[in-house]
Amino acid sequence: MSECESLAMRDEPRAAASAMLAHEGGLHARPAIKVVQLAKRYAAHVWIGTAANGPWIDAKSIARVMAMKTPNHTMLYFTATGGDADAAVKALAQLVSDEFRISPNDAG
Amino acid sequence: MPDNGAICVRGTPVSPGLARGRLVFLEEASRGAERKQGSREEEAAALERAIAAARAELTTLMDRAMDSDAGMLLEFQVEMLGDPVVTAPAFEAIATGVRAERAWRDAMEIQVREYHDSDDLYFRARASDLRDMRDRVLRHLAGETPAPIVEGSIVVGSDLAPSRFLEIEWRGGGIALTQGSPNSHVAMLARSRGVPMLIELEHADLNGHSEALLDSENGVLVVSPDANAASEFESRRRVAELKRADEERFLHAPAVTASGERIQVLVNIANVKELEAIDPASCDGIGLVRTELLVGKAELHDEEKQYAAYRRILEWAQGRPVTIRTLDAGGDKPVPGYTVDGESNPFLGVRGVRLSLLHPMVLTTQLRALARAATIGPLKVMVPMVTVPRELEQVRLMLDAAVARLRNAGVECAMPELGMMVEVPAAALALDLFETDFVSVGSNDLIQYVTACSRDSAALAALQDPLQPAVMRLLHEVVKQANARRIPASLCGDMASDVRCISGLLDVGLRSLSVAPAALGRVKAAIARHRIAAGRG
Repeated sequence: MSECESLAMRDEPRAAASAMLAHEGGLHARPAIKVVQLAKRYAAHVWIGTAANGPWIDAKSIARVMAMKTPNHTMLYFTATGGDADAAVKALAQLVSDEFRISPNDAG
Repeated sequence: MPDNGAICVRGTPVSPGLARGRLVFLEEASRGAERKQGSREEEAAALERAIAAARAELTTLMDRAMDSDAGMLLEFQVEMLGDPVVTAPAFEAIATGVRAERAWRDAMEIQVREYHDSDDLYFRARASDLRDMRDRVLRHLAGETPAPIVEGSIVVGSDLAPSRFLEIEWRGGGIALTQGSPNSHVAMLARSRGVPMLIELEHADLNGHSEALLDSENGVLVVSPDANAASEFESRRRVAELKRADEERFLHAPAVTASGERIQVLVNIANVKELEAIDPASCDGIGLVRTELLVGKAELHDEEKQYAAYRRILEWAQGRPVTIRTLDAGGDKPVPGYTVDGESNPFLGVRGVRLSLLHPMVLTTQLRALARAATIGPLKVMVPMVTVPRELEQVRLMLDAAVARLRNAGVECAMPELGMMVEVPAAALALDLFETDFVSVGSNDLIQYVTACSRDSAALAALQDPLQPAVMRLLHEVVKQANARRIPASLCGDMASDVRCISGLLDVGLRSLSVAPAALGRVKAAIARHRIAAGRG
């Protein structure tokens, strides 16, 4: 089901960041919504994954992010391409390391 | 109770209360067959409009969903409806000539299945949210608007979608479902909004009936009640309402007796999730965190997980004191692979601190996590089942060592207060010999040991009266000893949540009680009614 993009094939520069998921029950609806809403605030293409080299999932799709069914205590990796890619991955990693306490509206 | 024509239908109560109102039967999901199929472009436009209308409706509901749980449910649906991954397959099917309804159903089936087959209860619960969302779009496609449900209705149906729950003005109404689950979102919503609710309602033909009494205290729906039943019910409801209003009034104020003494009222909790339903301002802190559920087999050696849980609890308390009890396994709370199997008398066996001292690694892990959490707020660590001073001394040495090692390693930590639970008569009678920062009476175990009656024996319930002189004298002794040495004393057993016991507890001198969260209002109300006689306590 999940969309696996091989970013290695692309020449575009990409930003990356990671953070440990600490949310009881894993990346369920509530935190997943926050990830997606925050990702959508950036023009960049943003992906999320559970390994440093992918596979990568579109971080702007709630269906795809939920379908990852990521359990708690998983390292989450973000990567992005495009104008505000750096800011996007930084904000997303921050959201995860802050345990989703900030609302996407306050972030970035 | 009722006769002429009344029907009594039994159900399982999942949200307490009494309601009386008009019966409203929920219409089943839209059949949606009447709309004429248009061109491919018209079908796509129709689906687009239906999705947009459903999103707009959900967004409006979100503003009404005051609590975050309900809001999250709706937000999830709004996000899903806005996600091309979810909607694109439907539009692709329409482009090949499939009718909008069919295309939408099929596309949603893919999403529903993703969740429905999951082993994870949480994911399975999302499947019903998706069906709810699917049906909302289908209703818009069919141009149907569900008949509005008038305020104060008794709503009967097979199941009720959470979003539908939020659309209804419940004031005085109730819910009776033939299906449903106590853990469903709608049950949680009903509890948080105080809407009485029954599930697993027996099958009965209720057609033609228009009025019902929903009695969620006795688990029964009385349809077409006679005048007697109705008036008896009405007076019960009035009493319950007055009582609830009274308790509500006390819930949000500090507890003060009729004679003016301020009493500390704290809550007992067993898991982090419970805190969502409690307003920190309605209590003076947490008097007992049971860690047996928090620290399952998987967490026994997991300092990080324990620390994360303790930290959340202290953050919730916002500077109010929090007492966390070290693992109290054994007795009636076995932890596989940790507690001793096959004891002939587990209540008198290796349990509480006795077991902790046999597993120093497990206890050290917990003490380290607690010392780290102690930097966040005033944390008290309470040791259960202490019998002799030596046991508490050993735990104190281990706590000192844990803090020293954390500091050496440069890990942020603080020394929490260390106290004991008073539940073994040997400790209660020799309290002056213990070096403890505080005491809290575990009345359930204390009573079973004083009366030599097993807690789980229903046949011996009468012998375990908490107000009998032997128990009250012992409590008085404990409080006297603690006061003489200026050691704070509290009580965290079931007695504190039992309004019949409040006067007695205040009269023996207790000024701090830790209660079940649901009992906060009534305990505070009972405290306010009691006048402590001069010279007592």
